Amino acid sequence: MARDTLTGSRIRERRIILGMKQAELARRAEISASYLNLIEHNRRRIGGKLLLDLAEILGVEPSVLTEGAEAALIASLREAALHASEAGAEMDRLDEFAGRFPGWARLLAGSRARVETLERSVAALSDRLAHDPHLADALHEMLSTVTSIRSTASILAEPGEIDPEWRRRFHRNIYEDSARLAETSRSIASYLEAEDKAAAESGTPQEEVDKLLEGMDYHVAAIDAGHPPESVAGRIGAQLSLAGRGLLVRVLTRYAADAAAMPLAQVLGAVARTGTDPLALAQRFGTDPARAMRRLASLPPDAPCGQVGLAICDASGVFLFRKPLPDFPIPRFGADCPLWPLFAALSRPMSVLSRVLLSAGRQSGSVTAIAFAQPSGPPQINREPVFEAHMMIAQGQWRSGDEPEEVGVTCRICPRAACPARREPSLLGEPGGV
Amino acid sequence: MTKRVMLIEDEPNIIEAIGFILSREGLTVDTHSDGTTANDKLRANRPDVLILDVMLPGKSGYDILRELRDDAATADLPVLMLTARGQSRDRETAERAGVSAFMTKPFSNAEMLDQVRRLLASAPRV
Repeated sequence: MARDTLTGSRIRERRIILGMKQAELARRAEISASYLNLIEHNRRRIGGKLLLDLAEILGVEPSVLTEGAEAALIASLREAALHASEAGAEMDRLDEFAGRFPGWARLLAGSRARVETLERSVAALSDRLAHDPHLADALHEMLSTVTSIRSTASILAEPGEIDPEWRRRFHRNIYEDSARLAETSRSIASYLEAEDKAAAESGTPQEEVDKLLEGMDYHVAAIDAGHPPESVAGRIGAQLSLAGRGLLVRVLTRYAADAAAMPLAQVLGAVARTGTDPLALAQRFGTDPARAMRRLASLPPDAPCGQVGLAICDASGVFLFRKPLPDFPIPRFGADCPLWPLFAALSRPMSVLSRVLLSAGRQSGSVTAIAFAQPSGPPQINREPVFEAHMMIAQGQWRSGDEPEEVGVTCRICPRAACPARREPSLLGEPGGV
Repeated sequence: MTKRVMLIEDEPNIIEAIGFILSREGLTVDTHSDGTTANDKLRANRPDVLILDVMLPGKSGYDILRELRDDAATADLPVLMLTARGQSRDRETAERAGVSAFMTKPFSNAEMLDQVRRLLASAPRV
């Protein structure tokens, strides 16, 4: 029932609260008891002078009878009552409570909202503690040190003498533990500050990881040396945000699987003979071309085959990994050139596409791009596979007969005329804008 | 006969403090710090009560406890588990693994002693 049709119910509630008989209220309002009964059961609308008279007799503002308490306030109170159902709040008298004690009602609703906010914060912090190994380790260390200090200090504070040798040891232990505690606290504080700083300075977790890998020339020697991805991520990604570190663990876990399937020393030996041909490498190691491309892109900068670039995108075209080359930049965000074979590969999964590409408007040489798309996980019954595409870029033209294709980086800076894939006009004044 | 307590904990200063408190109670205290060899040590030298930390090098306290419960020789050994994490899921994990009592760090000496006394009173005679 709509709230403005409950005026009669509110009159009845208010009368009962005051302990007034229906007949008495009817008499004082100069109406019949049967008419008041119809009003109180919302079967007669009420307004004008009669409403004013009844409000005056009942000692409330007329609006309290016609409007009741604010709907949002009632809803908040109802929610508070449902969250603490064991308290046995009188749900059928919510209107009355909010109407008679609006200040208390607002206080209660406000407290409930605050509890909810705090509960969310606690859940977020607990989640962070559970999933951030560095923070969990540091807090564990801190609690262990506090336990030691508390236990030792209690022994020293007890009445009665203890052996001087034990006393000396316990004093020394407390001293050592307090120094450790100070160090751990400082480390947690600087870690949390770095966390905020990292999050503020870099945009997305993907950008953080891109920047980190770029700084390492895309080669993570510790993984090639067999160290576990989690511990390497904890060490090299200590300055990343929580989400950035999570992403880094994923990237390094894949790196580690690639390194296990294609050990570095053997790959270096193979590329000295075959160069950067991912198909030859894949065949040599009995693996897929995508893994071979990733492995080639993660070789140390002084590898005999030279550097290759790599772009990996998911089925929506969003980059999951980007290693540009000086002659072949890869935009940071997803507004790249649709002519790249990376995207064509998505429509022809499991086929290896090879193209010679020329960067439109750049005075650079051609590059060879090899693209390949495959499902990103194992097959599942009655589930469509989710594809991801790899495109490796190597300097030069591998086969002399291939006609180079002119591609861009992104439409805004691409001068290519009459491009069938153009999304927006070029800033360079390309005549055939959209 | 003197009752024996084994403390498996990797924090040397906690070992000293707890070792001192229990020894003062007249208990014999054996200590061990390595998770991987803990079960061998326990089988070779069964105590009346085991105080077991959760986070240990090599193997977690939960795994040690599960192995104890699977071994007929130690299945009924009273175990007091110490952890720096007092979340309900940690307690549940410990309970599922068969813990006898559970304490969250930092605890007071009196609490720890109470728990050990209680477990000693309930310990089966071996």
